[in-house]
Amino acid sequence: MALKPTEFKTDVHNDWCPGCGDFGIVNAIQMALADMGVPRDKTAIFSGIGCSGKTSHYINTYGVHTLHGRVLTFAQGAKIANPEMTVVAVGGDGDGLGIGAGHFVAAGRRNVNMTYIIFDNGVYGLTKGQASPTLKLGEKTKSLPSPNTNSNVNPIGLAIASGFTFVARGYSYDVRHLKDLIVQAVNHKGLSFLDVLQPCPTYNDLNTRDWYAGADLMDEAQKRHSRIYKLEETGYEPIVHYDSEVEVNEKLSQALIKSLEWGNKIPTGVFYKNENTTPYTVRLQDKIPNYLENPPAKQNISKNGYSNTDISKILDSLEV
Amino acid sequence: MSSVDFTWLIGGPQGSGVESGANIFSRVCAEMGYQIFGKREFYSNIKGEHSYFTVRIADKKIHSNVDDVNLMASFDAETIFRHYDEVVSGGGIIYDSDITETKTDAVHTLDAPFKERLHKELESKNKLFTVAGVLEIAKEKGVLLYPVSFKSILLTLSEEAENPRLKGLIRMYNVIGVSLSLGLVKMPPDSLQKIIGSMFSKKPEVAKINQQTATYSYNFATAKFENFAYTLLGTQKEPGTLLVQGFQGTALGKMVCGCRFQPYYPITPASDESVYLESNEILEIIGDRPGSTAVIQTEDEICAIGMTIGGALTGTRSATCTSGPGFALMTEMLGWAGMNEVPIVITTYQRSGPSTGLPTRHGQDDLLFTVFAGHGDFPKIVYASGEIEESFYDTGNCFNYADIFQVPVIHMMDKFHASSVITCKRFDTEKISIDRGLLLDKVEDGYRRFEFTEDGISPRSRLGMDNGIFWNTGDESDETGHITEDPISRVNMMDKRMSRLDLILKRIPNEEQAVSYGIEDYTIISWGSTIGPVKDAIDMLKKEGISIGLLQLKLMHPFPAEYVSSLLKDTKIIIDVEANHSAQLGKLFKQNVGRNIDYFILKYSGRAMTSTEVYDALKKIVQNKAEKREVLMHGA
Repeated sequence: MALKPTEFKTDVHNDWCPGCGDFGIVNAIQMALADMGVPRDKTAIFSGIGCSGKTSHYINTYGVHTLHGRVLTFAQGAKIANPEMTVVAVGGDGDGLGIGAGHFVAAGRRNVNMTYIIFDNGVYGLTKGQASPTLKLGEKTKSLPSPNTNSNVNPIGLAIASGFTFVARGYSYDVRHLKDLIVQAVNHKGLSFLDVLQPCPTYNDLNTRDWYAGADLMDEAQKRHSRIYKLEETGYEPIVHYDSEVEVNEKLSQALIKSLEWGNKIPTGVFYKNENTTPYTVRLQDKIPNYLENPPAKQNISKNGYSNTDISKILDSLEV
Repeated sequence: MSSVDFTWLIGGPQGSGVESGANIFSRVCAEMGYQIFGKREFYSNIKGEHSYFTVRIADKKIHSNVDDVNLMASFDAETIFRHYDEVVSGGGIIYDSDITETKTDAVHTLDAPFKERLHKELESKNKLFTVAGVLEIAKEKGVLLYPVSFKSILLTLSEEAENPRLKGLIRMYNVIGVSLSLGLVKMPPDSLQKIIGSMFSKKPEVAKINQQTATYSYNFATAKFENFAYTLLGTQKEPGTLLVQGFQGTALGKMVCGCRFQPYYPITPASDESVYLESNEILEIIGDRPGSTAVIQTEDEICAIGMTIGGALTGTRSATCTSGPGFALMTEMLGWAGMNEVPIVITTYQRSGPSTGLPTRHGQDDLLFTVFAGHGDFPKIVYASGEIEESFYDTGNCFNYADIFQVPVIHMMDKFHASSVITCKRFDTEKISIDRGLLLDKVEDGYRRFEFTEDGISPRSRLGMDNGIFWNTGDESDETGHITEDPISRVNMMDKRMSRLDLILKRIPNEEQAVSYGIEDYTIISWGSTIGPVKDAIDMLKKEGISIGLLQLKLMHPFPAEYVSSLLKDTKIIIDVEANHSAQLGKLFKQNVGRNIDYFILKYSGRAMTSTEVYDALKKIVQNKAEKREVLMHGA
């Protein structure tokens, strides 16, 4: 049953800078949750640290604002313990691809059925604009004393290499498209990753809204050419249709090549989707047959205040 | 009837079956009614370095190892070089007669400083730097030597069984060593056959070969070995006796008390607990469908505690298990759990630090770090188990404390626990009560997770509960869990959380905070696995008419200062016994109780204390001959 996006808003004052790209993302998340009609109390938003970390306070579901770089660890733990929950983790690119990069890679290997959205703006905003992992080598945003000395991480490429089974990119000023991508990501059976390009109006004076819109790319007729384009409008086919090595490798390489496009043409949309990889819950079910009906959070552990677990067989085997 | 107190040692290169040999020996002795205290020592190495196992056997309850070895079973040269001097006069050494000419220089795994010390000793006694040389020293001391050609035993066996493969099976040396030992002490042979049969029950062929080898070696010893004064003929078996390894106490405790989620990252000596939990992941539940523990191997300890917190937020009893280096990585999240009032249990099996330290050796040097772990002020509980048997029941308590007080609980164990094998009374699962505190099953509209209440504890919702929506944040927050930087709210929230420390001291029963084993003029304070050797040392002194008291600290934080202070008010001399360099319990005691420690008995060689050396140090103290700081050194 579809709900209204307003049902997913809290009355917490939003203190992001005027014009911040984050607004578009939080709106898109609220619209997507409303569209899908997920019950509010069966949904949890986990967030990292930084401006994007405040997202969970603005959404009227369970909200867990965690620690810098660690959002995926909390979120996976909750999802594994209670697989009934719809879990969405959010965080900045510094959070997820800098301090949290190890967890990012490990999460890909696990393929827990949940969604991770990175607010990708190239800077550490809340600490006043240092270079973040997606800022390119040699670029100098306005608060950097000198040009960036590190090469950038390719978030889409890293997600594909790490094993995320749904990899997409959105743009925070195309809220409708972003909402559609979030719906697809949440509905995906496995771990989905969404890289959202999100201009920071205060500290990133290079990748601005105007830059994404191609204000500098005027043709002779003074017509702008937006840098952003949608993969689905080019006939790009991201889905792994059958579980063969050839098919998987072809779709992976195609996505990896697409992920390298940057500059005057920046692809958005779904890069890669593969539901043939077993989600973590299924892997657990192979070991624990009733895991899904009786997951950790649902288990009854006591009767009248005492343990109901019977370990007598184990104790018998230890008895001399 | 003379009482039995006998120590057997087996050693060999890591990977040569020392542990399974010790396992067979311990099980046979336990089966024959004896009490066991076994301890494994090993290098941070997979194959080749020296490892050894001492098994103390007695006909009464024992809590520790002793210095003296009565019988040593060796099948390599290194074991003899390292341990010959531990065997007492009248004791015996079983050794391989084919290696007596082996020189110390041929054993590449002997550490240089050890070799230097050994050479000095051999030189001073005018002996060759060979196995024969050290054996001569032992013989002159009165140790009985029992040479056996392990190679010819295998050769004879392979001829008798017409199985040419047998003669090359050097991995049977452990079974030969064990069986020779049991033959020498005249242990009735049936239980040896039975234990080997049950250990290899899935491989009948292997069982058969091992049993044949055991029989042959056992008979060899009874026929050829003479003059050994010690016998182990068996004694009355206490019904309901378990033979358990250290990590099984907390693991079984977790199963019984309803821990259903354990993310962990591999680390010595803690991983055994998680692996054991996973090996027993499906659980029988009385009157219900099977339960299970989801044991998840994570990419690091940070993820392990993050997942644990995530699990706990769903209302699942969640824990992780680690050692010092891993716990160090967890501390930022520990503060988050404290700030957000999340009940988690972190079991930490300490080892010798700092840094990587002695990764496979014992130490209790994480106490102060654990008590003060995390930046900022937040409430937590640090709880320490003394003996392995206790750790089972303590695990249940730790989960109750976590739920009742909504705080992270760190349950401190150590390497001495983890690699000890002991006999104890069968765990009484009916004693494990489960108190989930203010965990809600349902809630009406208008719920506020961090609502101010009289005692500072708010009813707790869980992720996924109808109407129970809450917010968490590592920032300071208001009652709903949203960020606030308002100074008044900050003070109220800080007071709410920190008031829990007093509540903990008020509500946890005194006898769970600290255990008094009698308070005397001379009273020991101690904690963790060191309690075992201390108890036995006190018993030894009691037989000589010397009474020494013992107060075991279990609740390390918040520190039960008033209770401890009142218990010790008449004590004249306080002796702190623990396994670290800086006397960490002593410091904590002084800080909280405001009293000076009179004597310290400390050990930080990476080896656990024996009761013998604690006894010696205590005796010096009562005779007024001790240094203020007695540092113990026993153990190879």
